[in-house]
Amino acid sequence: MVLHTVNKSPFSHCLLEQCLQVIGDKHALLLLEDGVYAALTSSPAAARLLQCHSERALAVYALAPDLRARGLLERGLLACVEAVSYADFVRLAGEYDSVQSWF
Amino acid sequence: MIFSLAIYGAPYSSQASDSAYRFATAALAGGHSIYRLFFYADGVHNATRLAAPPQDENNLPRAWRQLIEAHAIDSVVCIASALRRGIINGEEAERYGCDADNLAGGFEVSGLGQLLDAAVRCDRLITFGD
Repeated sequence: MVLHTVNKSPFSHCLLEQCLQVIGDKHALLLLEDGVYAALTSSPAAARLLQCHSERALAVYALAPDLRARGLLERGLLACVEAVSYADFVRLAGEYDSVQSWF
Repeated sequence: MIFSLAIYGAPYSSQASDSAYRFATAALAGGHSIYRLFFYADGVHNATRLAAPPQDENNLPRAWRQLIEAHAIDSVVCIASALRRGIINGEEAERYGCDADNLAGGFEVSGLGQLLDAAVRCDRLITFGD
């Protein structure tokens, strides 16, 4: 099981889309830095994230400090996204077998 | 859990270095250890001891130095990345006839093999890309 991290916004890069094309079942996704823009309900990746979450049980996390820094914590976020702390990031990195960084 | 971190971003150019620093402090606070920090590509700029950002701004190179010193973390700067970017220690400065050096204490210059060694010897290698 792999934890994938994506740090680019889907509004400007196709990185998340590429990640979701190859991501495996039971893998997880952590959005960080500008990657957290994908968590918005208005993001270009919204439908795809919801689909991967419901059909393939993809766990989707977003770093809360990065959401907060961009003023997104109070915005409409996708229901499938769980906001996590850096301590959670450390815990998740240990829970999954490896961490694949997309950047 | 034993972590190693690969840092590809220069301070103030991207968020990579700041993210890696926050991950490192969270890991140490959680009782985990860090086997190695590997500064690669533009990430080598974190290792300058001459950065002088405004006092009311986050001083990432200094924060890294303090963290490395406080926890005696093995910290490697990729030599090929560093020499290209003017990050140089005393020994290399002498070899190349440079009139100064700027590598901060706590960092050492070494090769990409140290990244491979870190990947093999730690539980998790986390890359913080540019």
